[in-house]
Amino acid sequence: MKFGVLQFPGSCDEIDALQAARRVGDAELIWHGDRDLKGADAIVVPGGFSYGDYLRAGAIARFSPAMGSVIAFANDGGLVLGICNGFQVLCEAHLLPGALLGNANLRFTFRQVELEVLYAGGSFFASSQIGERLSIPAKHAWGRYYADPQTLSAMDRAGQLVLRYAPGQNFNGSVHDIAGVCNERGNVFGLMPHPEHAVDVLTGGSADGLKIFESMRLAAEGARA
Amino acid sequence: MSAGVTMSEATTVPTLEDAVALGLTREEYGLVCEKQGRAPNQVELAMFSLLWSEHCAYKHSKKLLRTLPTEGRHVVMGPGENAGAVDVGGGWACAFKVESHNHPSAVEPFQGAATGVGGILRDIFAIGARPIAVLDSLRFGEPHGASAARTRYLLDGAVAGIGHYGNSIGVPTVGGELYFEGPYEHNCLVNAMALGLARTERLVGSAAAGPGNVIVLFGASTGRDGIGGASVLASAELAQDDQQGGSAADMRPTVQVGDPFEEKKLLECSLELLELGLLVSLQDLGAAGLTSSAAEMASKGEVGVDIDVAMVPLREPGMEPFEVMVSESQERMLCVVEPANVDAVMALCEKWEVNGAAIGTVTDSQRMRVLDAGELVGDMSVRALVDDCPLYDLHPAKPEQQVYAPPPATLAADATPAQALLALLSSPNLSSRRPLFEQYDAIVQSRTVRRPEQADAAVLALSAASGEDARGAIAVSIDGNGRRVAADPYRGTIATVLECASNLACVGAEPLGTTNNLNFGNPEKPHIAWQLTESVRGLSDACRALEAPIVGGNVSLYNEGATGPIYPTPVIGMVGHLPDAGRAGRLGFANEGDEIALAGPFAPSLAAGELAKLRGEPLPDGLPAFDLDAVRAAQLAVRDAVRQGALSSAHDIAEGGLAIALAECCLAGALGAEIDLGSPAAAPPGSELFGEAPGGFVVSGTAEALRALGERVPVRALGTVGGDRLKIAAAAITITLAELAVAHSGLQELFS
Repeated sequence: MKFGVLQFPGSCDEIDALQAARRVGDAELIWHGDRDLKGADAIVVPGGFSYGDYLRAGAIARFSPAMGSVIAFANDGGLVLGICNGFQVLCEAHLLPGALLGNANLRFTFRQVELEVLYAGGSFFASSQIGERLSIPAKHAWGRYYADPQTLSAMDRAGQLVLRYAPGQNFNGSVHDIAGVCNERGNVFGLMPHPEHAVDVLTGGSADGLKIFESMRLAAEGARA
Repeated sequence: MSAGVTMSEATTVPTLEDAVALGLTREEYGLVCEKQGRAPNQVELAMFSLLWSEHCAYKHSKKLLRTLPTEGRHVVMGPGENAGAVDVGGGWACAFKVESHNHPSAVEPFQGAATGVGGILRDIFAIGARPIAVLDSLRFGEPHGASAARTRYLLDGAVAGIGHYGNSIGVPTVGGELYFEGPYEHNCLVNAMALGLARTERLVGSAAAGPGNVIVLFGASTGRDGIGGASVLASAELAQDDQQGGSAADMRPTVQVGDPFEEKKLLECSLELLELGLLVSLQDLGAAGLTSSAAEMASKGEVGVDIDVAMVPLREPGMEPFEVMVSESQERMLCVVEPANVDAVMALCEKWEVNGAAIGTVTDSQRMRVLDAGELVGDMSVRALVDDCPLYDLHPAKPEQQVYAPPPATLAADATPAQALLALLSSPNLSSRRPLFEQYDAIVQSRTVRRPEQADAAVLALSAASGEDARGAIAVSIDGNGRRVAADPYRGTIATVLECASNLACVGAEPLGTTNNLNFGNPEKPHIAWQLTESVRGLSDACRALEAPIVGGNVSLYNEGATGPIYPTPVIGMVGHLPDAGRAGRLGFANEGDEIALAGPFAPSLAAGELAKLRGEPLPDGLPAFDLDAVRAAQLAVRDAVRQGALSSAHDIAEGGLAIALAECCLAGALGAEIDLGSPAAAPPGSELFGEAPGGFVVSGTAEALRALGERVPVRALGTVGGDRLKIAAAAITITLAELAVAHSGLQELFS
């Protein structure tokens, strides 16, 4: 099982994601200018400020050669995890519905947040229970999830609203406290908090984020078997 | 003019008045003419005026700095390079340095603070170390009353600027400190410290070497921003701001604009160039831009350099040669490359999408020659530029009377101990820094073992660097206390260094090395010279006693506005090592029923403390004496107990004294405490509760652990952990955790 972690100029959390993935499998960086995904079974689009994000977060990265291959990979059913800037990139690439707007407090905010799993199972929460709490750090300035009401209803019916901020934890003002969503097919998942920073209690405040990487490994190995 | 060299006919020779306008004295201008053998032309005068500025030449501080201890068993790179470095074990070196960006931040806080972070990060990766952490030290005027609007504008801008740069470049901001005092109203302080890691054998110097080698400039293009930053802005007193922004606004074009994305690419490109062994030496471009970088590289290597300004990638057309040479455009590096490696260097620049341009060559002439498309436009001796700036003796004299006005009283003299405690806890200097550190990414790079307000020092695991199962960690603390130093520059500075070391002890770390930023007023004034001299003497004595030598630092003088000088503010950064990250200490109470004790030779006094400030008392003349060796012994005992995992918590008693330290332990651990101080204090609220001094620690743990600690250091039982309130019997203090938390969040309103 091999993870491919994209690296754009301006990526900041790609090494963290690489190391987190290596706790459950093999992992390799994929340069933004390369189209070759190096045989990865799952892709992580990491956090940071791709190309500086001076335009709109993720708006340039979606056009990179590597993302072109990731879009094809996702459309083929490949597993794709977008974290923070990666979530923004996946929304810009229309692999996920909705958009990320500026935080309600208008500031970059770093906090350890409590999350609730709303839809257990699938490729990203195989070992979780509905209502399970995860403690994972979040850090961003543009993390307010938004989608129009019709889209949200459809997503809700399809089980795409996978992860939400626990009561009192939604500092960025996301609609319906949404912290992470997946696509209709369930193979692409994006979230604003950083599971790759919660893989070791020593530095992460918890190891809850590891569950997502572990679930991806199980799903990828299941798909190959 | 040098024989055989024809200077451009178009070059107008500037006058003495031009030189004075650029910051040189008449005597210095005369000396430049003597060194040149003629009047300098425009390019040369611009370069001399920058390199002979206080900011670049340290002409009022160099003699004093030579008295500081700079050698020790852990030091692998001392002062003189872009940053110092200490050995942290396993073949790794930790590079670190603190620098100021005070005047730019006073003029334009967002960009001033942002480029301060950018500059210190470049210093770290210039020696081949990957930056792993940033800390910052901030000083502003009072956030209430007449200065409120200006203070909030500066605070908000500086914090946003620090976050903007650090967050975007992927280096965590793991700690810092912040104080509000009247004397900083017109001259705020923004000091930034950075740490980096490198394999010790891969550290790289900045000395140019090998005549015939190529000088490559890479990174951002060069524009007209920041021209005169080092001389006009950083080496003179700030004029008073008028209501419209006035003269400070006029200075705004001398402030540079930061681009963290450009620096992120530059950082990765630089480290990859070094990793591939393509560089002879590397230097960042900071104050005085290309002038300073090229001249210093040549000076260190005892060689000459030829630079052709026509080869420099420009941001705007029509720049004069002197503008190219003195521009302080950010995010640029200069390196020396063997001719055979130039193509490989350019290819890597292309990969990281940064400009790379061969702009000159190393020569054996020991002269710095500036060319414009091959035509000579400047020709100077490297030694004259870098080493021949006159150094000045200070003329220190202790002032007859107190220089600083007392602060406005905000607490009634007859306040009860409970009222005093809540007033202190909610005061801008002591309330929670959460509104700041929540704006910073503290965890990127996955090393952060102790986040802000979890412990007295930030703790960073080494394992992420080595990829091995290393248990060790780096601890770092930054501190300063201008009011105490103003009351007693010698003892106040020692107390600051001790506080850093105490912070390290509380997480279990041994000090390895120290960096400092000396923020003072105009050293040509005798009382400022006295502050500076006494402070450096204290710094020297403290670092010697702690065996934590100075490995690098910075001096920021002329920090004065029209209303007078700032408090003398030596900002100290100290780096230490602990063998087991898993046992890093915490400051919060951890277990119901744990016993609480006061450890150390603590002899508190209200002199120059936070309570005295709230009461509006004037600064005293001098601080009480303390026993440096006894404080060090207490630090060693606490450090060892933390390393053994014997203590549940350890917290240094600092501003606000014992009562505030106890409240902080309660808040950080979300646990109450019952404290019995024995016989009531003589005149509450007295020095026992709120007095300050080095050498006191609030520790908690089992009775047995505290008894064991008591065998090495004075330990006084204070009470037990538990409940939902802080009770201090003798002083009739009973305050719930909820009330403490509300008081402690007093800073939040400044950001809303």
